[in-house]
Amino acid sequence: MGTFSTGRKVASFGSLILGLVLTIAGLGLSITGAGDLILGYSGNTPIILGRGAMFVCGIILFFVGLYLFPTLKYHRTIINIIFLFPLLFAFAVTVIIPLFLGIGYSFTDWNGIKMTGFVGLSNYTRMFKQPSFLWSILLTFLFVVFNMILVNLVAFLLALLCTSRIKGLGFFRAAYFLPNLIGGLVLGYIWQFIFSNVVTKFTGTYSMLSDTHTAFIAVIIVYIWQYAGYIMLIYITGLNTIPGDVLEASAIDGASPTQTLFNIKLPMIAPTITICTFLTLTSAFKQFDVNLALTNGKGSIDFLGNYIANGTEMLALNIYTTAVINNDYALGQAKAVLFFIILAIVSIVQVRISNKREVEL
Amino acid sequence: MHTKEKWPSVVIRLIIAVVIAAYVLFPFILLLINSGKETSDITSNPVSTAGASFGQLMTNIKAVINDPNFMFWRSFGSSALITVLSLVLLALFGAMAAWVICRNKTVWSTVIYFIFIASMIIPFQVVMLPLISSFRDVGKFIGIQMLQSVSGLVFAYLGFGGAMTVFILTGFIKGVPYTLEEAAAIDGCRPEQTFFQIIFPLLSPVITTVTILNGMWIWNDYLLPSMMLGQNGKVMTIPIAIQKFVGSYVKSWDRILPAALLAITPMIIIFLIAQRQIMEGMIEGAVKG
Repeated sequence: MGTFSTGRKVASFGSLILGLVLTIAGLGLSITGAGDLILGYSGNTPIILGRGAMFVCGIILFFVGLYLFPTLKYHRTIINIIFLFPLLFAFAVTVIIPLFLGIGYSFTDWNGIKMTGFVGLSNYTRMFKQPSFLWSILLTFLFVVFNMILVNLVAFLLALLCTSRIKGLGFFRAAYFLPNLIGGLVLGYIWQFIFSNVVTKFTGTYSMLSDTHTAFIAVIIVYIWQYAGYIMLIYITGLNTIPGDVLEASAIDGASPTQTLFNIKLPMIAPTITICTFLTLTSAFKQFDVNLALTNGKGSIDFLGNYIANGTEMLALNIYTTAVINNDYALGQAKAVLFFIILAIVSIVQVRISNKREVEL
Repeated sequence: MHTKEKWPSVVIRLIIAVVIAAYVLFPFILLLINSGKETSDITSNPVSTAGASFGQLMTNIKAVINDPNFMFWRSFGSSALITVLSLVLLALFGAMAAWVICRNKTVWSTVIYFIFIASMIIPFQVVMLPLISSFRDVGKFIGIQMLQSVSGLVFAYLGFGGAMTVFILTGFIKGVPYTLEEAAAIDGCRPEQTFFQIIFPLLSPVITTVTILNGMWIWNDYLLPSMMLGQNGKVMTIPIAIQKFVGSYVKSWDRILPAALLAITPMIIIFLIAQRQIMEGMIEGAVKG
């Protein structure tokens, strides 16, 4: 190993050892419960060496040492580890570990802070006994179906309009897309104003939001308004991939615009339709912000002989309310697991359909 | 499409396009008009411009901007800081991870890649409750504040945005010729030099795409920050501030509307500047995702 200077070796081993010491010291202070290290006092304010800072610095130093490690053979492997670590670590801590914890918690009496024991499937049986939750599921499915059809239809018509020859195409595309930039929460409040103050001026009746059925329609309207412009952009891209000579040939053969649409354009953008269908499906399923801001799930309805007060509450909002507002964390978590299972099934179906289509092509 | 169309159909289409654009932009126009009115003018006739003036708009905005429940500049600053930090780290760490995954044909890199892809179907709701409790516990244990802090939130965005970022970047890196790296290695480049000096600069178009996708999501995100920062925490993002503000001024539209106007303005300005890039980025993200 004559290729490496002594300085580098010292730096590498020094950082590795110091890093390990700091990491272990930080952990040790945490485990023993000793708390942060007080180095001394300047006046009355203590000079604190935080155990968190020690831990983080320790890990960083350890990686510096690893990077400087005097080896040619394993340098590539070391770089691979260092490059993968930050993202993988964050990913594991925020997604993978909570996922397994969450699935586990759904079988316990967890209250958001601690659990005392397993309760088996009782959270799952409990949620199906709640009429308000069953209503939420039903409502979400209705919302998803309506949106999938309406958003795609509106978006496709807009895309046809925006690929035809009219003046100011760029402006229209940008204008239709604009609502998609704004977060659902702010949009919800703007539309709340429109429904309760502007629309009532024209209709002269109560606000659409005060009746459960019309409030549901209101959520759909806002959602289409927000999302159709985005889906339109994808359809435009799809339509633009149709080769010009195909369209030219059909025009020469005397195909009418409707014939061109149904016999050429639609079949040729079938993959785009799949993408857009599933995009609207999953995003409608996860809809939370607009639901929260526009109606907050309120609305009375008579369902299965029960009077329930959350007539416009969809699944994502129901999970949130159950756990965070009503403080029933275990139940909320069980609902979330069910939500995950439904979404996973949808995604698997999507992958199947896309793969099948690729094989056919 | 070289057939000459009759002018009536062109005009009809143009009229339809204008009508739809008017409908789509109507809420924004209403928002702007009514932000410059007093409450009585807003409720008596929200559609007309009667009572709307630039002076009143400024008065309303001044009343809102320093409101203790809104604190526009502070929440704007937090939102901007969180978004920018998350985007920079996601682009850097994402590219590093994607490059390693792409250029190593080992079982490990394949497994990691598939875990990333599979994780994209996990909805936030299923991890949010354990995430908050474990962030609280681990933070307390190790002495790093994870909740109610900018760094904790940025860390969470790194985790949640990682999968999509790696997925899009991997797709792009696959198309970068490997011979470039071989040549660099022969010239004595170490792997980290190869990455930072040769590969990373080549990724700029795809980094723009992921930055736009992640940026739109992080800037507008409400649920994750509201769970992590809380409604009354030290740090507020703009969506949280809006939510809190609306909660404290129920139906006072002369306050809520200017606040909403302030909240959407930064995004609209960015859109006007980088309209083409944003629209293209959104399309690419959808088609690949």
